[in-house]
Amino acid sequence: MKQGQFTILENTALTGRVSRLRLGGDVSAIVRPGQFVDLRLEGFFLRRPFSVCDRDDASFLLLYERVGRGTELLSALPPGRTLDVLTGLGNGFDPEHGGDAPLLIAGGTGLSPLYGLAKALLKRGKSPTAILGFNTASEVFFEEDFAALGIETLVCTADGSRGLPGFVTAAMDRRHTGFYACGPEAMLRAVCETSPMPGELSFDQRMGCGFGACMGCTVLTKKGPLRVCRDGPVLDREDVLWAD
Amino acid sequence: MGRLSVSLCGIGLDNPVIPASGTFGYGYEFAELYDINCLGTFSFKGTTLHSRPGNPLPRIAETASGMLNAVGLQNPGVDRVISEELPKLAECFHKPVIANVSGFSVEEYAEVCRRFDAQPQVGWLEVNVSCPNVHDGGMSFGTEPKAAAEVTRAVRAVTSKPVIMKLSPNVTDIVAVAKACEDAGADALSLINTLMGMRIDLRTRRPVLANRTGGLSGPAVFPVALRMVWQVSQAVRIPVIGLGGIQSAEDVIEMMLAGASAVQVGAANLVNPCTCRDIIRALPGTMDRLQINTLQEIIGGSHGQ
Repeated sequence: MKQGQFTILENTALTGRVSRLRLGGDVSAIVRPGQFVDLRLEGFFLRRPFSVCDRDDASFLLLYERVGRGTELLSALPPGRTLDVLTGLGNGFDPEHGGDAPLLIAGGTGLSPLYGLAKALLKRGKSPTAILGFNTASEVFFEEDFAALGIETLVCTADGSRGLPGFVTAAMDRRHTGFYACGPEAMLRAVCETSPMPGELSFDQRMGCGFGACMGCTVLTKKGPLRVCRDGPVLDREDVLWAD
Repeated sequence: MGRLSVSLCGIGLDNPVIPASGTFGYGYEFAELYDINCLGTFSFKGTTLHSRPGNPLPRIAETASGMLNAVGLQNPGVDRVISEELPKLAECFHKPVIANVSGFSVEEYAEVCRRFDAQPQVGWLEVNVSCPNVHDGGMSFGTEPKAAAEVTRAVRAVTSKPVIMKLSPNVTDIVAVAKACEDAGADALSLINTLMGMRIDLRTRRPVLANRTGGLSGPAVFPVALRMVWQVSQAVRIPVIGLGGIQSAEDVIEMMLAGASAVQVGAANLVNPCTCRDIIRALPGTMDRLQINTLQEIIGGSHGQ
C-alpha cells in the first residue's frame, strides 16, 4: 500500500453510465491485476474504492460507473486536477489459478480488473476467453479493447439486444480450465453453480478504510472471517460461503 | 520531557496522540506506511472473551462529515489476541499499548482484563462500556452509573494495570457515569465512543446498515466530544482522554484545552492512514504559532473561562 497524489490525465464517458479515468503518478504499489485503489474526493468523508483496469509505468486506468453523488462529482473533474489515492490495495488474482485456458467472466463494470488480468495471462502464454455480460446493447463497452488483445470475446445481454441472449452463464462451456469472475454477487454465485472448474471471484463490498483496519467489509468464509479489502477482494470459489 | 510529552496514569507518552480502538487494527497495516513508534501509544481492536464474527454487512455508511459503523466487535477472542496478535504487534511497536476490552457480562470484562493483566506489552486496560453496536452488552453497561461502577470495580480487582473506562455519549448525564467510574476505582476515562445514529436508503426504504443503527464518528461529532470532555474533566480528578472527530493538530490542542490529558484519533485514520503521524509532525509548529511551550501546560486551559 502507498499513499500519493495522482494527476488526472483523462476522464471521459464511455457510455451513458460508465467513464474511464487515467491517473498519473507513482504506480509502484500496484503489482497484481485485481488490486484496487481508494480515491479521496473533496466533500466526501470516506474514500471510494475502484478496481484497477490496467497500468503502465507511470499511470493506471479505472473504469467506473456513475451511480451516486461521489462518482458524479468524480466524472466532472477535468484533466490536470490531482487526487489523493491509496494504491496497491487488496490481493489481486493469481494468474496460475485458472489453468492454461481460463474464462474471464464479467458483469458490467466487473470487466475492469479482468482486462488487466487478460494482459497478464497472455504474457504468461495462456489463452483466456472473455465473456462480458451487460443488461442491454447500449450499455456494452470495452468489447473492442478485449478483442484487440487477440482473445476470443463473447458479449451477452440480458435482454438479447446484442450478442448472446441471456446471462453470462449461457456462454460458459466445458472447454476451459478455470475461471476468473467479477460482477454482481448473484452473477458470481450463478457462475459457481454452473461450473465445477477452479475459479477466483472478485467481490465488492461497502468499505470503510479499504486497507484492513476497520473490519467494515468482513465476510464469513470457510477460512473464517476475511476482510474483502485486505484478504480479498479476490477469493477462491472453494472458500466462499454463500448466504442462504 | 519533550514539549509534546504527557503522562497517562504514571506512564509517560512521547506525545498525546493515540489511535483509537477499532480504527487501527493491531497496527501492522499502518506500519507499512510509517514507523508507528512515533505514536504516544495506540489502543488495539476491542477484545472479548470468545471470538466474535461481528455484524452482517453492510457495516459502514457515509454521513455528512463522518461515518456510521456497526462492526459489532469482530475479534478473534482474548486468547488468540494474546497468542497471535500481540507477538506480531511487538515486531512493529515497542512501547506499552492499550488493550481495549469489551464484554457481555461483568464476569466477562473481568476475565478478559485478568488475562491481559499478565501481558507485559499491555500498559493500560481500556474498558469499553459504550459500544452501541452489540445487543445485551457493550453500551448497556455504560448508560447506567451503577452498572458502569460495577464493571469498574470488577476489573479493578483483577489487575494492577491502570484502568481506563471508555464512556458512551448516548446518555443524559455523562458526568454522573464518569463520577461513578471514578468512585469505583477507575484510573482514567476516555470519551466519547460513537453516537448512535442511522441512515435509510431512499430506494429500498430500508436502513442502510444491516444492524439498522450504527455509531457516528468523524469530524461531525467533534463539538459533542469536546463539550463532554470539558464537562467531565472539571467534575473528576482522574485524567480524561478526549476523542471524537479529531483530525488535526489544532483539534488536539482544542481538546486538551477542554481538559483532555491525551487524545485519541479514530475515523480520520480510515480516511488518511497517516493522520496520526501528520498530526504529531504538525504539533510543534502549531504550538509555536499559538505560543504554547508544552502541551502538558495547556490541559484544561479553558476551564473557568
